[in-house]
Amino acid sequence: MLSVRNLHVKVGGREILKGVDLEVAAGEVCAIMGPNGSGKSTLAQVLAGQETYEVTAGEVLYEGQNLLELNPEQRAREGVFLAFQYPVEIPGIGTAYFLRAALNAIRKHRGLDELDAMDFLPLIREKLKLLEMDDALLSRAINEGFSGGEKKRTEILQLAVLEPRLAILDETDSGLDIDALKIVAGGVNALRDPERAIIIVTHYQRLLSYIVPDTVHVLVAGRIVASGGRELALELEEKGYGWVETEPESAVPAPA
Amino acid sequence: MSVVAQAQESHLETFARFEEGAAGSDLGWLRSIRRSAMARFSELGFPTTHDEDWRFTNVAPIAETPFGLARVGGVEFTSRELDRLRVPGFASIRLVFVNGRYEPKLSRLGPLPAGVKVGSLAHELAADPGSLDEHLARYADYRNDAFSALNTAFIEDGALVRIPSRTVLEEPIYLLHISAPGTGPTVTHPRNLIVAGDETQATVVEDYVSLDGEVHFSNVVTEVVVGENSVLGHYRIERESGQAFHVSTLRVEQGRASAVASHSLLLGGALVRNNVHPVLAGEGSDCLINGLFMGAGQQHLDNYMKVEHASPHCTSRQFYNGILDGRSRGVFHGRIVVHKDAQKTDAKQTNRNLLLSEGAQIDTKPQLEIHADDVKCTHGATIGQVDEDAIFYLRSRGISEASARDLLLEAFAGESLEKMKEEPVRRHLEGLVRQWLRRETVLEGAR
Repeated sequence: MLSVRNLHVKVGGREILKGVDLEVAAGEVCAIMGPNGSGKSTLAQVLAGQETYEVTAGEVLYEGQNLLELNPEQRAREGVFLAFQYPVEIPGIGTAYFLRAALNAIRKHRGLDELDAMDFLPLIREKLKLLEMDDALLSRAINEGFSGGEKKRTEILQLAVLEPRLAILDETDSGLDIDALKIVAGGVNALRDPERAIIIVTHYQRLLSYIVPDTVHVLVAGRIVASGGRELALELEEKGYGWVETEPESAVPAPA
Repeated sequence: MSVVAQAQESHLETFARFEEGAAGSDLGWLRSIRRSAMARFSELGFPTTHDEDWRFTNVAPIAETPFGLARVGGVEFTSRELDRLRVPGFASIRLVFVNGRYEPKLSRLGPLPAGVKVGSLAHELAADPGSLDEHLARYADYRNDAFSALNTAFIEDGALVRIPSRTVLEEPIYLLHISAPGTGPTVTHPRNLIVAGDETQATVVEDYVSLDGEVHFSNVVTEVVVGENSVLGHYRIERESGQAFHVSTLRVEQGRASAVASHSLLLGGALVRNNVHPVLAGEGSDCLINGLFMGAGQQHLDNYMKVEHASPHCTSRQFYNGILDGRSRGVFHGRIVVHKDAQKTDAKQTNRNLLLSEGAQIDTKPQLEIHADDVKCTHGATIGQVDEDAIFYLRSRGISEASARDLLLEAFAGESLEKMKEEPVRRHLEGLVRQWLRRETVLEGAR
């Protein structure tokens, strides 16, 4: 579904990604782990179309098309979703209105009828229930005055409503207490589907106890230095990132 | 003689002719007010940018233009044309003025609760002038403000609203002022007087529009007297043509425990000055001063607030949002004056601005003059661009860039609009704001 090949990305003149290769198949849950500053969030943002990042080399194919040629809204309509590490507060725009506008933009692109407020309500209620969230959220402005946990949960709510084909979760687990973490994980697990790929970007192993990944990749200093299965995450947890940083090539073979 | 002196001279000449035939010319008190106002205007002259209150606004285009009084009569409207101009939804109380003159045929006055008087000031000057002496020209400061002086010299017509004590007006009073420009530059001096007794409730909407054509100048003064324990809402909508100069002064005198909300929406006009001057004269009174100004092209939109706390335990809240595009320029000058006896004053002022282009400019200036020692006064101003992080966030959910921008601007404008409680007005203004934004989008695409 997603092929990232030799991706080089600069931010403000500094190279952050230095040749990333990544393959994610439909149905796969893929974890990308790495220490601070390794380029995890840059990768997530570039995939979503953030224009402040400059792609200097490489390519990204999403379902056979050149993803880098699409603008952010086109990517979203094609089924790419990024759960933000730092969701943006937008005063004055109600959450329900926003979610319906987003869903309708995507539905329209797919040739489906747009939903009016009446049709939308039962749908959003069901998703709220999945994430154990209150209806009151709908009338609040997007993320405005939300706690960190509420913001993260709202990202997953959006994921559940928009039903993307490729979901990228950027540190959705950080700052969550264990109860919230379980709810978020439950929401994500409910969306696991043979037709859908999920990329979980995280610093910690913790979330991966609740959302068990099929593959794990370790990103260090802008390169994938190790790849493996679930056990790689556990090993990282035990030994720390120093282990892969010092022996990038030997400990675990990177995929061919 | 300089251009300005010549133009000023033409106002004097116009006045001499006007005074002879004007409504109420036989009233001694009115004649003396008109004359002293004219004399005062001659002394003051139009302000310049050396004047602190006019630092950011150059009125030379007004001062240099030899305006003639706009012609009265001869402008016909079909009801369809009128419907196109007016804010829909005000079915029962509607006063229409064309070039400053009341048009009974286009207006509707009722049904009104017993004792309520709504009509033309000129008519009242002829029919029952005795009742006007008490309030007319007693509040707006024509001794220090040249535009008020000029308006006061030319007092003749406008709306007169009188609400007896303990009366609630359910329907808003809608005042539509239409400028129909002539062949040369014309001026009108609409004068509105609103007197609300004790324990009353009412809403007045002033709406200024113009037909296409020559340069014209609306020089408006509205005096509002609000009795004890009364609630009054006032709306000013400025949506005149790009050929319009507009200076308006809203002077509100508030009685004990009264609550006044002033809402302004400035969309139109080439050069606009919006003066809002409430005096919290009675103890425990409260005022909300809310506004939205949206400029494009070469527009200049100036908001001058003077909130006077003259009694203890009064509260004032100022919220003004500005959106400026093109080479437009906005001004927000928020003055709060707290008199010596006005202890426990609670005054707050917020001005937020979005600049959509490199060429747009805003000058924002708070000015606190506090003569009491137990007060709470805060002010804050922000100037910024549309939040690009928010744009990306919305786009990342499938919303187009143009829609994302519109949504953010609508939300910003919405901060002002949501404070407007009068449903038909708010809905109409929301529509006007959306129209404004769409026009911008069209321009964006055409570049």
